Amino acid sequence: MRWLLGRIGVVVLTCAILLVANRLLIDNIKEYYISVLVLCGLYATLAVSLNLINGITGQFSIGHAGFYAVGAYVGGAWTMLMRPLVVKSLPILQTGTQLGDHLNLFIALVLGTVCAGLTGLLVGLPSLRLRGDYLAIVTLGFGEVIRIVILNMDVVGGPRGFTPITALVNDHGIPLVWVFGLLVVVVAFSRNLVKSAQGLKFLAVREDEIAADAMGVNTTRVKVTAFVIGSAFAGAAGVLYAHCQTGVNPDSFDMNTSITVTTMVVLGGTGSISGSLLAGIVLTALPELLRYDFIKDYRMVIFSTLLVVFMLTRPQGIFGHREIALPRFLRRLIRKKENAP
Amino acid sequence: MQAFLQTLIYGVETGAIYALIALGYTMVYGVLRLINFAHGDVYMIGAFVGFYACTQWLPFKDLSQHPEAAAVNIALALITLFLSMLLCALLGITIERFAYRPLRNGFRNADAHFWGFVIALPVTAFVGAMSTTKRQGALLFAGVVIGFIMRPVMAHLTKRIKPSSSRLNALITAIGVSLILENGGINVFGADPKFIPDILPKRQFSLLGVEFNSSRLIILIIAAILMAVLRYIVLYTRPGKAMRAISHDIDAAKLMGINTDRVISFTFALGASLAGAAGFMVAAFTNIKVVPLFGLQPGLKAFVAAVLGGAGNIPGAALGGLIMGVVESLVASRYPQWRDAVAFILLIVILLVRPAGLLGKNTAEKV
Repeated sequence: MRWLLGRIGVVVLTCAILLVANRLLIDNIKEYYISVLVLCGLYATLAVSLNLINGITGQFSIGHAGFYAVGAYVGGAWTMLMRPLVVKSLPILQTGTQLGDHLNLFIALVLGTVCAGLTGLLVGLPSLRLRGDYLAIVTLGFGEVIRIVILNMDVVGGPRGFTPITALVNDHGIPLVWVFGLLVVVVAFSRNLVKSAQGLKFLAVREDEIAADAMGVNTTRVKVTAFVIGSAFAGAAGVLYAHCQTGVNPDSFDMNTSITVTTMVVLGGTGSISGSLLAGIVLTALPELLRYDFIKDYRMVIFSTLLVVFMLTRPQGIFGHREIALPRFLRRLIRKKENAP
Repeated sequence: MQAFLQTLIYGVETGAIYALIALGYTMVYGVLRLINFAHGDVYMIGAFVGFYACTQWLPFKDLSQHPEAAAVNIALALITLFLSMLLCALLGITIERFAYRPLRNGFRNADAHFWGFVIALPVTAFVGAMSTTKRQGALLFAGVVIGFIMRPVMAHLTKRIKPSSSRLNALITAIGVSLILENGGINVFGADPKFIPDILPKRQFSLLGVEFNSSRLIILIIAAILMAVLRYIVLYTRPGKAMRAISHDIDAAKLMGINTDRVISFTFALGASLAGAAGFMVAAFTNIKVVPLFGLQPGLKAFVAAVLGGAGNIPGAALGGLIMGVVESLVASRYPQWRDAVAFILLIVILLVRPAGLLGKNTAEKV
């Protein structure tokens, strides 16, 4: 009972913080910063979801943009192609009303998540038989194939891109709540997974696959599960991306996106959820911060040089396997005070 | 039938280029188990060296006005080819020395001077208006000074950092180097497309109804010669023998007194020079536009070709490149929009059926 109350309390508190932060931010900062914040949230979600595959389960996937794309296009297709058909029998989904739009976004989110998860299953089942570099190449290949398939689908615009995707009432900043809500859900899910008995299997596969197999862990099943969950969350992020940007283009899901996300996971410390979260936010914001006039032209060079320097000087990532957590930090602070005098 | 043969010929030509790039990937993978993502960008640099050599550095004659200068142009084109190979080899060695080696062995104090120049570059670039010679002098001075300041930092880092053996780290470093080359290329060369003018006389042959283009034939011949030279180096020279030893077992090779770092440098130089030659030939003989992202797609496909033939296997890379080129042009002749997907579909199918690649050996996993 106490456990349940605690959980509900956390959820309510998170929602309250999100809504209040949203209210405070929306009217006081520029549209540009909002869009950067949205991107930060989305990339952090992607990084944390890839961390489930690359960090916690120890696999090597660098094709995450493919699942992101599946989510974005499925979500967009629902809103632009299916919704007008469904709305006749379900008037609650009416465009322009707050309830209708949010309900619609929720349905799109569920559909995108499920479809991306299924794609993950389809990709993961054959390819997870491979290990290491080969797995990386195959996931990269699948990511590109997904993009090219989308490029050749005329229903969703093909190379012209899928625009417009208008779904949200023009109360700008609402995306912020959705995006960061999703981020909280993904982080909470990952954290709970690692702490649970099920999560131990994932960690065991990372540490030593053969030993895990010998101890009775169904390693294939664990790997595929991680892959499906990771890609499903990427799909959810894709749905929000499509709706926040009011349109998508296949070019936004090319190899570079996958590589950016992989970089975030490695830089944050493979296996560290808080590390991925932080790296996701910092690496999205950093190129934007480098937009000052005098280094504007060189920002990508500086960014990539920093990346190499960072890899050379701190190969284990910012946090390594460790996490930063607020409660432990507070506890340590209190203990220090007790010991101090 | 004729159309089919024609497509096949085109495929072999494309395949020869893929094979040249793939050889670099596969050699590096063989010795270091590293996917050298920057290799495609070395190919791009080769194309740019070719462009500058053909338009500015070397006195090429315009053939439409001086048709008698063909022989001079051919000699100059050969010089350009060697120049591209040489500069790309130097680039390959630099990349290995300052990006991959510190990752493998940790920093050396001498690295301080390289990073000193890297820091000095933006510092002198933003210092205000200066003449070019003054700026270069300032760069030299600042680089040396910062280099010496960096020495204690490096000494500290050498003690602190444990070299990592993680594949992911190596991959991300390679990607970082690739990004530096691409974005640096945009800054240095400019993002506008460039074209190499026709430097060699063009002839058309016709054999059994199949059209041959002299410039494309040159690509094939030079590629074949380079591959033969590579095969000779790898099989019959001491460095080649050392390379094979390292790819077999790097620790045992070290114990046998092989200077592994030097041989790895040599491997990078070999691979990069092949990529440079490929880059120059494609840019000069196919009228393709040369942009800083020139190497992205061919690099990726060549890499896929290397895996197709069995990563680490040198004949495999050549075979994989040829197969890739042929299949790609066959598919592109019927379904041009699937041109880029076919490489990956082929890769996925091969890896699922034969995980070690076509010519690779399946090794059982040791516990």
